[in-house]
Amino acid sequence: MRATVAALLRKELALELRTRESVPAMVLFTVTTYVLFHFGLDRDTVEGDLAAGVLWVTLLFAAVLGINRLFVAEHEQGGFDGFLLAPVDRTALLVAKAVTLLCFLCAVELIAVPAFGLLLLGPSLGQALPELALVVVLADVGIAAVGTLVAALAIQTRARDLIVPLLVLPLLVPVVLGASRATAPLLAQGGAEALPGDWLALLALYDLLFALIAYAVFDFLLED
Amino acid sequence: MPETAVALRGAGRRYGERSALRDVSLELAAGQTLVVLGPNGAGKTTLLRMLATLLRPHAGEVRVLGCALPDDGYLVRGRIGFLGHEPLLYRELTGRENLRFHARLHGAAPARVEEVLEAVGMTARADDPVAELSRGMVQRLAIARAVLHEPELLLLDEPHANLDPAAVAHVQPLIGRASGRTRVLTSHDPAGGLTGADLALGLRRGRVALLDGCADVTPAQIAALYA
Repeated sequence: MRATVAALLRKELALELRTRESVPAMVLFTVTTYVLFHFGLDRDTVEGDLAAGVLWVTLLFAAVLGINRLFVAEHEQGGFDGFLLAPVDRTALLVAKAVTLLCFLCAVELIAVPAFGLLLLGPSLGQALPELALVVVLADVGIAAVGTLVAALAIQTRARDLIVPLLVLPLLVPVVLGASRATAPLLAQGGAEALPGDWLALLALYDLLFALIAYAVFDFLLED
Repeated sequence: MPETAVALRGAGRRYGERSALRDVSLELAAGQTLVVLGPNGAGKTTLLRMLATLLRPHAGEVRVLGCALPDDGYLVRGRIGFLGHEPLLYRELTGRENLRFHARLHGAAPARVEEVLEAVGMTARADDPVAELSRGMVQRLAIARAVLHEPELLLLDEPHANLDPAAVAHVQPLIGRASGRTRVLTSHDPAGGLTGADLALGLRRGRVALLDGCADVTPAQIAALYA
């Protein structure tokens, strides 16, 4: 399965590099949203709980853009048929798409998090970065697992653009909750506080649970 | 006694309440060619997609290369070459990138990609994005994709669509009778389709309207099929 995942992943990254459809749109969305928060909250800076909430809600909505487009090439250009005709484990498609989404999210966050620090955040990000990276990775794994599952389900419907946010946002409430609570102490005024372990554990448990659910049901979503 | 490559017994397929195929029974021996004829909407593409394991049969028995579908579909997938209405190629990738991707999925050697590109006469344009190629060139690449893994059974839906006569001649060694493979193909050209086939299946509204050796099919039967 590793060779199949590598082949699919290589194709996904080549397509994104060629079309630049997902990541640039997601980055632009996050920066625009920070500017909107700046004016909407009528504050020059945010910190603590508010900063964490703004950061994660923005990243979550940006993720929805990527999730919406995750299977578009497969659906519109016969990629599903091409894959289903090959003698390979179908789970490889789930893994490759989830890793692709994870890569997209990480690429967006490499720009979006520093941009958040520059445009909105009061306290400096520097000291909190290693711990924030851990929270980001745990949250991204959950978003990638749920996002891939929902994208595969929604692509079969005509109302894909509606179904994705309607399904993915409620399902990702625990991720936003866990990530925001874990991030808030890191963005507190007066220096980063300790990382709350229980919220990290919640994120890790969520990741494991939804990775297993996605693994269990993905094959059925590919059946005609 | 030649081995049976495709066997259907009362096979059927529905889309919702509508029956696209009903009670189709036939046998095709290995190495033979079946041409499927019929007017638009007769069920030709549905039959091909069912044999390719892309659609589940809803009634009857379907066996392809000795494997019962849909349960043993995973055993037969790598042994089928499918050429449908869609080329199954990513428009933003080049022809070579597309074929290398499919070669990796099928476990075919990278050298085979160059071999099939040469065989369909697309080596010179292999590094152009598919979106920039003419329909005929895309069809040639789609043929290259379908035979990349050297399948035993070819399922060809209008294989000569968009091809000029020279291109048709060019791809004959890959998908024609000369390929030596078992073939099931659809055609809107009854005369041309019957020429290269052993067995003719005529479908009308999803039902078998004609099933006979190609040599025995009469013009009157063809006319009745399309009437």
